[in-house]
Amino acid sequence: MLMFSNLDVVALDAIPVVSYGTFMSSVLDYMKAHDERHCVSYFGVRAPSGDLHCYCVLADDATSQLAVLSYHLAASGAMLLPSLSAHYRAFHIYERVLWENHGVQFSDHPWLKPVRYPHDAAHGATIDEYPFFRIDGGEVHEVGVGPIHAGVIEPGHFRFQCTGEDVVHLEIKLGYQHRGVERLMVEPVSTLRRTVLAESIAGDTTIGHTWAFVNSMQSLSRVTVSDAVEIERAIALELERIAIHIGDLSALNLDVAYQLGSSVLGALRTPMINFFQWWCGNRFGKGLLRVGADRFLLTPALQDRLRTTLDDMERLYARISTKMFELPSVLARFERTGIVTAEQAHIIGAVGMAARSSGVRRDVRRSHPHGVYCAEEVQTHVLHTGDVMARAYLRKLEIDSSLVYIRNLLDRIRTASRDNGTFESYTPRALAPSSMVVSMVEGWRGEIVHTSITDEHGTLIHHGVKDPSMHNWFALALSLRGNEISDFPICNKSYDLSYCGHDL
Amino acid sequence: MIESLKIWKQQGGQTIPDVTAVTLPEIFRGRPSIKAEACATGCTACVDVCPVAAITLSSAGTVSLDLGPCVFCGECADACPTEKITFTNDYKTAVPTREALVIHEGDVGPVVFDADAVRSEISEYFGGSLKLRQVSAAGCNSCELELNACGNVNFDMGRFGIEFVASPRHADGVVISGPISLNMSVANDVCFDAIPDPRIVILTGACAITGGIFENSPELQRAFVQRHHVDLYVPGCPPHPLTFVNGVLQLIRKRKS
Repeated sequence: MLMFSNLDVVALDAIPVVSYGTFMSSVLDYMKAHDERHCVSYFGVRAPSGDLHCYCVLADDATSQLAVLSYHLAASGAMLLPSLSAHYRAFHIYERVLWENHGVQFSDHPWLKPVRYPHDAAHGATIDEYPFFRIDGGEVHEVGVGPIHAGVIEPGHFRFQCTGEDVVHLEIKLGYQHRGVERLMVEPVSTLRRTVLAESIAGDTTIGHTWAFVNSMQSLSRVTVSDAVEIERAIALELERIAIHIGDLSALNLDVAYQLGSSVLGALRTPMINFFQWWCGNRFGKGLLRVGADRFLLTPALQDRLRTTLDDMERLYARISTKMFELPSVLARFERTGIVTAEQAHIIGAVGMAARSSGVRRDVRRSHPHGVYCAEEVQTHVLHTGDVMARAYLRKLEIDSSLVYIRNLLDRIRTASRDNGTFESYTPRALAPSSMVVSMVEGWRGEIVHTSITDEHGTLIHHGVKDPSMHNWFALALSLRGNEISDFPICNKSYDLSYCGHDL
Repeated sequence: MIESLKIWKQQGGQTIPDVTAVTLPEIFRGRPSIKAEACATGCTACVDVCPVAAITLSSAGTVSLDLGPCVFCGECADACPTEKITFTNDYKTAVPTREALVIHEGDVGPVVFDADAVRSEISEYFGGSLKLRQVSAAGCNSCELELNACGNVNFDMGRFGIEFVASPRHADGVVISGPISLNMSVANDVCFDAIPDPRIVILTGACAITGGIFENSPELQRAFVQRHHVDLYVPGCPPHPLTFVNGVLQLIRKRKS
């Protein structure tokens, strides 16, 4: 295996190409060393010859190292392989996508199910033909919800197998949001068009995904930005985290009928996203991040405005968040509801806050830091109960940490260098040929991974996107087991996973 | 209880009193304005930079910008060497016809909402109450978040009788966000068919109006937009809640009798 780090440019010919048998034993050997190792990207790229080049990127959170290994499948050769999922379940989603997009069959995969139903899927099935898991028996009934839900929310289908009020199993069928993000990324279009596309991967994670994309392109074109810009981007990412966490706490209160909490927190989200509007003219930060330099500087006047906005927000937020977590009517609904154990979180490869609320420390900001996160450590939290309470309370802790962190960065930015970081002075450069970059960013949901590959002419031939929801949807499914179906809304809101980020 | 009352008091009034008269920060990118003046010779900077091909340079040398696909990134204004294109903070950009989304050279004033283009039954039936079913058809969630915000304590469109409802059977119309993926096209049709007549169609965001950044994707199925009359186009990426609320108010209330 070739060892490297987040954002390193790796020459494709330096990546070992091995037989599938060697690949499998190497990956299994690597994974079994310790629990801090997990797969962050595993995908196939079709070569002009028709051969399929498969790359697997593994991360070691303890050493901040990434490892990559590759195997090739001949266009004409056998496409039936033994599966990694049979040993580590977290590989299930990668192997399902390899099957769906490229027709690779895995013989002992637990259940090769379609993921996104692209129009030209190798399995040839349409979204109406999804093979649901079913339990037969006189005591069992089935409840199906979606794809269109009661609120203003993205589409997905949830199917519950229940005995009485208890959920035995929940299956989540996605793919409705598939709009071809990865395909459009490698069309011969401008960097700006790709950036706008990255801004539309998941609107609630505009900063997270755009930063991952922009970092990836900067590495490939060997461009660095000034310290000040790195700080600004981290401020934007933490602000996005605060805004969404507050909004989700509001939604959780709504679902347990705590109206005051819901309305106050709902209103507190507004000044957070309105700050983005003051900064870059868009409430989600669209238009802010660009390859090479950002368009809108966080001027001293904006820095003062941000401090005031955070101070004002925190005065009311401190009271309502304290009140919320003292109220018996809220706690009675949150505690011991929707438990996902640390063992389950490991098995499914949970990342980000879904992992951290179940006792698994996964945080790219600490394990694979980039930019200012290398210099200024952010405090991260791990809770162990794995219930709705843990996921709600983790958000409170993370809001508090991000408030501290942004204030530290505002101190730091005063003396930070602005050299080589103005939009006016930036000219696009060609991408490094025959190279790969893995770009990881800890969005508010967790580990975002963008993997870019160029051909010998420096043309982008693959830009893989992994939203943390790819793994974490399974955590939501597991959280429902043994719970009442009426607890679904708070379990769902406690994760608030992305449909469009998963479906691409 | 006393703490709750204190929190309630500290929060104070949050509702925007007049949603038709808010001034957004200057930096907000709303309605573009294109000055009637000659471009620099041979310059195609705005057309070249636009990520969604929203800008047309006519053979006569005049510039027009289609707000349908426009993601309001503002890069054309940055690229223009003569500041001919600028983005204003005017958020009232929702219109009842597709043609009215095109900003032509010399259009520097407010967008004209052609009340005569609105079907007469809309104000007749829905002037005091409009219940809408929202369908996210591959939207990236920013339109959906802003549509939710329309009903929050700040924008509070419920005070005008405008609300999102759970069942299409209870709805007077549909609000579509997203470019309409192949995989959502059937569910979208089923939902619309369940809405009783008369019913309205509102498209929110660049994706819903033209496909936006996803326009050429083979994963879309946009026949719905060709098959049905669209009553309101709400441009943006995403549209600001004020754009949506003002557009719907104009659609149902401001019709000349």
